[in-house]
Amino acid sequence: MSGTDVRLEDVRFSYGGGAEMRFDLAVPASAIVALMGPSGSGKSTLLNLVAGFETPSSGSVAIGGADVSALPPAQRPVSMVFQENNLFGHLDVAANVGLGRSPSLRLTPQDREDVLAALARVGLAGKEKRLPRELSGGERQRVALARVLVRDRPVLLLDEPFASLGPALRADMLDLLRDLHDERRMTVLIATHQPEDARAIAQTIVFLEEGRVAVTGPTGLFFGPDRPEAFARYVGGKAAGMPG
Amino acid sequence: MPATRPLPGPLALAFVAVLVGGAFAGLLAEAASDPSGAAGAFDAYLGRIVRFTLWQAALSTLLSVAPAILVARALSRHPSFPGRSLILGLFAVPLGLPAIVAALGVLALWGRAGLFAPLMAWLSGGDWPGIYGLAGILVAHVFFNLPLAARLLLEALEAVPLDHWRLSAQLGMGARASFRLIEWPAMRAALPGVAALVFMLCVTSFTIVLMLGGGPAATTLEVAIYQALRFDFDPARAVALTLVQVALTVAAVAAMARLGASPTGEASLALAPRRYDRPSPAGTALDAVLIAAAVLFVAGPMAATVVAGLEADLGRLATEARVRDAAATSLLLAAAAATLSAALSLALVAMRRRLETARSSSRAGLLARLLEWAAGNGALFVLVVPPTVIGAGWFILLLRAARASAAAPARVAAATAVRAMPFAARATRPAYDAAAARHDRLAAQLGIAGWARLRLIDWPVLRRPLFTALAFAMALSLGDLGVIALFGSESVRTLPYLLMERMGSYRTQDAAGLALMLGALCLALMAAANRLGRERA
Repeated sequence: MSGTDVRLEDVRFSYGGGAEMRFDLAVPASAIVALMGPSGSGKSTLLNLVAGFETPSSGSVAIGGADVSALPPAQRPVSMVFQENNLFGHLDVAANVGLGRSPSLRLTPQDREDVLAALARVGLAGKEKRLPRELSGGERQRVALARVLVRDRPVLLLDEPFASLGPALRADMLDLLRDLHDERRMTVLIATHQPEDARAIAQTIVFLEEGRVAVTGPTGLFFGPDRPEAFARYVGGKAAGMPG
Repeated sequence: MPATRPLPGPLALAFVAVLVGGAFAGLLAEAASDPSGAAGAFDAYLGRIVRFTLWQAALSTLLSVAPAILVARALSRHPSFPGRSLILGLFAVPLGLPAIVAALGVLALWGRAGLFAPLMAWLSGGDWPGIYGLAGILVAHVFFNLPLAARLLLEALEAVPLDHWRLSAQLGMGARASFRLIEWPAMRAALPGVAALVFMLCVTSFTIVLMLGGGPAATTLEVAIYQALRFDFDPARAVALTLVQVALTVAAVAAMARLGASPTGEASLALAPRRYDRPSPAGTALDAVLIAAAVLFVAGPMAATVVAGLEADLGRLATEARVRDAAATSLLLAAAAATLSAALSLALVAMRRRLETARSSSRAGLLARLLEWAAGNGALFVLVVPPTVIGAGWFILLLRAARASAAAPARVAAATAVRAMPFAARATRPAYDAAAARHDRLAAQLGIAGWARLRLIDWPVLRRPLFTALAFAMALSLGDLGVIALFGSESVRTLPYLLMERMGSYRTQDAAGLALMLGALCLALMAAANRLGRERA
């Protein structure tokens, strides 16, 4: 399985009474793109539009050349990882991953094997029977990634997935995500507030402001001397290792 | 933290203790002087009463909670349709409706002269005797508890994180899978608490059983205690029955605690979370039928109350001196009881929280831990003691002092206040604890304490839950019959008592009119207090 391209064309959307957002974006197959921007700039909304949790008032969302604007979330070739609540608290780790294969948990022996392999792949071998509350925050996100593996969809959306983890743990998770990307080559859109995250993993940064794509460019541009002014304002002095 | 040593908490506990202890002292003293009735109470009849008490409570719980599961799920699956909030509002009404009004409403529909009587007579092919006995009790209990259970279960469903609904949509769970994997687990966690609460309310139900049951075949312990005192004047027998009742309710409370989670009852159902699944047309139709059936069942007795009440001569009733006196007495007593109840519960809630914090920061003595437990569970504890017993105990205590009518209004107010306390505490405690967790450190650092803290920090946050508590307590006190049934007399007569009198003398139209007035009064109070609490919140 490899990635497919994602394309938003003149997608318009507004929350009841809010200002209209408008997105134009083309992400090539198998790219890793970081969505950055202030709170309320539309990062999560953009992801929700691609996943099908929100419906655009006009415009089209295309994945792999096919317009998916009218499809319900389950029929889109997309997996999504949230900041939290990725797991059902009363189901053990294996069942939570198994849901990625069968939403009613009717699993074949082959499915079960795949679940175990995916858990081993994210470093959770032996923890199949644990309940989510018996895991650390980082481990819970690993379970979510294991589910992404068994679901095996060409597009992966992540909405600030590591925001509640400490720096070292976050670096580990980014490494894991990069490794998984190297194996599967899925197209990744990751919303994040952390410049280091974007710098560590993304080839491209999409900078959003007030419900629009303000700047799109290679990651190097954003961390070089010619970085866009709006981005510089946004990161302020907080970007670790920023030149100048 | 400044070492202030606030008195209200211990004072509130002492008040409750004296009230309950005094009642028992009175009953025991009387029973000791003539214990024959106590021994005589343990007969086959008692066994039958106990069995019926448990049986009707179990059936009521089953008939309330099982449909509530389906109704809550139906409402949850359709988070926005026109009239949804109206339906939820309707489901909240029985909570504020006096039991005596509901009982009359049920009779107005299903009674011998009720609206459905001709239909039932035709169906049964003969005379329709009216819905008395077990059937009547069940209908009335389900009327109260089905909407309550549905609201609590819906609350549990709406506590499911939004991300889970998103996941379920993305993973493509159908209706059955999302019931099995999301909805049922969420409801199952709340179910023991909800069922235990309903069971408890039905075991201790007094007014409904008194009005719709009665007769040796359909009597509960609570009503038997009342009869032993009011008609047989056999305190020893009452004491024996009370002990059985207390044992029964203690067992129920213990089971409730074991099953976990006592529901908070503070349902905040204004904003339903969005759901991403799309129920099929057949599923939607089924949901609509379920919701409509529940709405009809709940609205029926209310509509019947209004229809029957409007047929009464309301103008004459409203100008009748007795009615006016009763209304004034009712309002006065209810206001006093509600204020007392809110103050008591706030004091207890605050004390519990303080002791809990103290315990985690240092090693607390046994006494402190005992106090904390008493403050936390004192509220629940009161539910164990039937209000009839509190009334009866003090009645006898004062009778022995040859002052049976002394301070009757104060006794009625105090007994109803304590009766309403569990509900008031349930409304205030979550908000108080949350506010304390947020503000304690900041307040301590800035040195805000005592009155300033109450005014600046706690009052703005607690105003709304306190008004809710006040409204609850007031509506409960206004409609109460358990205490007044014993204490009521020519000099102290409340609206429910007057209503009972009119029914007793077969002035059914008057009773219907009074029921309408009483119901409207309670609901108006409830709505007003809700709005007051919401302002500037």
